[in-house]
Amino acid sequence: MSDHHPTGITRWLYTTNHKDIGSMYLWFSFIMFLIGGAMAMVIRAELYQPGLQFVQPEFFNQMTTMHGLIMVFGAVMPSMVGLANWLIPMMIGAPDMALPRMNNWSFWILPFAFTLLLSSFLMEGGAPNFGWTFYAPLSTTYGPPSTDFFILGVHMMGISSIMGAINVIVTVFNMRAPGMTLMKMPLFVWTWLITAFLLIMVMPVLAGTVTMMLTDRHFGTSFFDAAGGGDPVMFQHIFWFFGHPEVYIMILPAFGVVSEIIPAFSRKKLFGYSSMVYATASIALLSFIVWAHHMFAVGMPVAGELFFMIATMLIAVPTGVKVFNWVATMWQGSLTFETPMLFSIAFVILFTIGGFSGVMLAMAPVDFQYHDTYFVVAHFHYVLFPGAIFGTTAAVYYWLPKWTGKMYNETSGKIHFWLSMIFVNLTFFPMHFSGLAGMPRRIPDYNMMFADFNMWASIGAFGLGLTQVYFLVTIIMAIRGGKKADEKQWDGATGLEWDALPSPAPYHTFSTPPKVD
Amino acid sequence: MTEQVQKDENKKLILRLIAVIGGMFLFAFALVPLYNVFCDITGINGKTRGQALYEKVKIDKERIITVEFLTNINRGMPWEFKSMVKSIEVHPGELNEVRFYAKNRSKFDIIGQSVPSVSPGEAALYLNKTECFCFDQQRLNAGEEIEMPMKFYLDTDIPEDITRLTLSYQLFNITESVNIEAVATK
Repeated sequence: MSDHHPTGITRWLYTTNHKDIGSMYLWFSFIMFLIGGAMAMVIRAELYQPGLQFVQPEFFNQMTTMHGLIMVFGAVMPSMVGLANWLIPMMIGAPDMALPRMNNWSFWILPFAFTLLLSSFLMEGGAPNFGWTFYAPLSTTYGPPSTDFFILGVHMMGISSIMGAINVIVTVFNMRAPGMTLMKMPLFVWTWLITAFLLIMVMPVLAGTVTMMLTDRHFGTSFFDAAGGGDPVMFQHIFWFFGHPEVYIMILPAFGVVSEIIPAFSRKKLFGYSSMVYATASIALLSFIVWAHHMFAVGMPVAGELFFMIATMLIAVPTGVKVFNWVATMWQGSLTFETPMLFSIAFVILFTIGGFSGVMLAMAPVDFQYHDTYFVVAHFHYVLFPGAIFGTTAAVYYWLPKWTGKMYNETSGKIHFWLSMIFVNLTFFPMHFSGLAGMPRRIPDYNMMFADFNMWASIGAFGLGLTQVYFLVTIIMAIRGGKKADEKQWDGATGLEWDALPSPAPYHTFSTPPKVD
Repeated sequence: MTEQVQKDENKKLILRLIAVIGGMFLFAFALVPLYNVFCDITGINGKTRGQALYEKVKIDKERIITVEFLTNINRGMPWEFKSMVKSIEVHPGELNEVRFYAKNRSKFDIIGQSVPSVSPGEAALYLNKTECFCFDQQRLNAGEEIEMPMKFYLDTDIPEDITRLTLSYQLFNITESVNIEAVATK
């Protein structure tokens, strides 16, 4: 009975099973990842050489905008929700998420939201072209007609995220198995709980922002229009009040993932469990008081620049605690380097590089040079690709045996890792230099002096893109014909999903709660 | 927990979370007046205050501060608009007058409103205008021109590091949003 499930298309349409919904989220996010990646390929092809080769500047703008929107809202966020769906109930010994029907709804909104967003390419005036940050007045007074589809799309994906977050919070608070106290929860559950709180705090602010845009565009208000007494800089303040916590929404679950994987392959307990919890919570709290570091160049008074500079640098402290704990977990462990561990170690190293460039950007006086250059692009791609995406990739390799009962091919996994590692650095490292030398972001043409850096970055990007297709092949081959996985595939793994469940995890798990001591 | 207890617990938590979500949605809108209040108090947005009275104060002859004037015309405003001088040098405490010139170059009667802004922002707290065209709306009939006075003084306690400040005016066409008959020509 435990493995009985409906079949056919209606299984997926009507499902309220957290594992089915988790899988759908993960597949959806991977499709979005490939679509957003294809847009990145167009961008890098155009930037391969100076001058205009393939696309017009108008279309280039649509590419940068949609690449950002698709990757942030379509690839990274849903992939994290997918992991949460699969793992949280198994990790805390719950039979399912607390609100299974809402779970179904929150997933099925997404394909419609992104169809709306992507359909804007077919419209007169093209897709949104104002950058993923959609600053007013570019998106209000000067936005293309399709901006309204963008607004509706953002509203829908916001509703989806909020419902997902409510589900996680209620599940974690009310569905834990007896004996599973908060401070016994796996760190992945903790980071997701904190992420969920960030989501319910800031997604409504994003909804408010796009609502103000909508009324500015069509209903005669002037929130962001100076002619009517509004203020375009206000847009940036409100947007980044959402936007900065948003970047932690994208990275905190990945912190949780590597906090599970590194101890497993070090065969040691995670170093400093409670400090990890407190560090995560501090990062989340600090993320609410640093938003204006994205707008140092708008003409803030010195006092404001100082406040936001110092508050931002403070975030390096809890982040440093986390990096220290990961390294200390590996210290004198008996390490092995299977694919999930390789991705996790690369995560620690490369995310830290991204963190360092973040500290550089936090310094208000020098930010005036870095602002809106490729240095910023290098920074946030270092925290997003080797950060959020390597984290998710590590999670997929690590839990795939539990999800599917099949093992991936370790050699393929390692090839995927090493190619990703090389190409991610080849793509994004040169951007630090072109940025420091002054190459502006979001421009399809550039000075001859940046030609070499951009050629390397483009070659790296094509390689990185192909490598992710190879990842897809590796995963499909594992699911189709992988070796049968053990109940506890990794000997160092801990947690209910490994100790109390067979591989693959049955369709219904923990109908009677497990005992946790 | 029995199933019913569990359901009630879930419901309670969900309602609380929805209250937070609703609150944050409203908070996004509340940010608009909150920012304005915050900027008013701290003067960091460069917004000047309303009409001030000139009291006989000691003029600080020691300090000379350059005040520059900028004028901008917003989209859809067919006026000419400029200050008669580019900049003047003033002593803190002394009352100064500058004149601005505007001309309606269109065939229509238009009402304009200028919005001031000061840079650096903190200087706005020390700039007092006793008379300014920006306190009123201007109506210029087709082809009409006007010279508009603006009188101001700087507080003597303006910070030492401010030696130069810029006062800019952005001129907006507000004809559509006001009743044109209610604004008399000058």
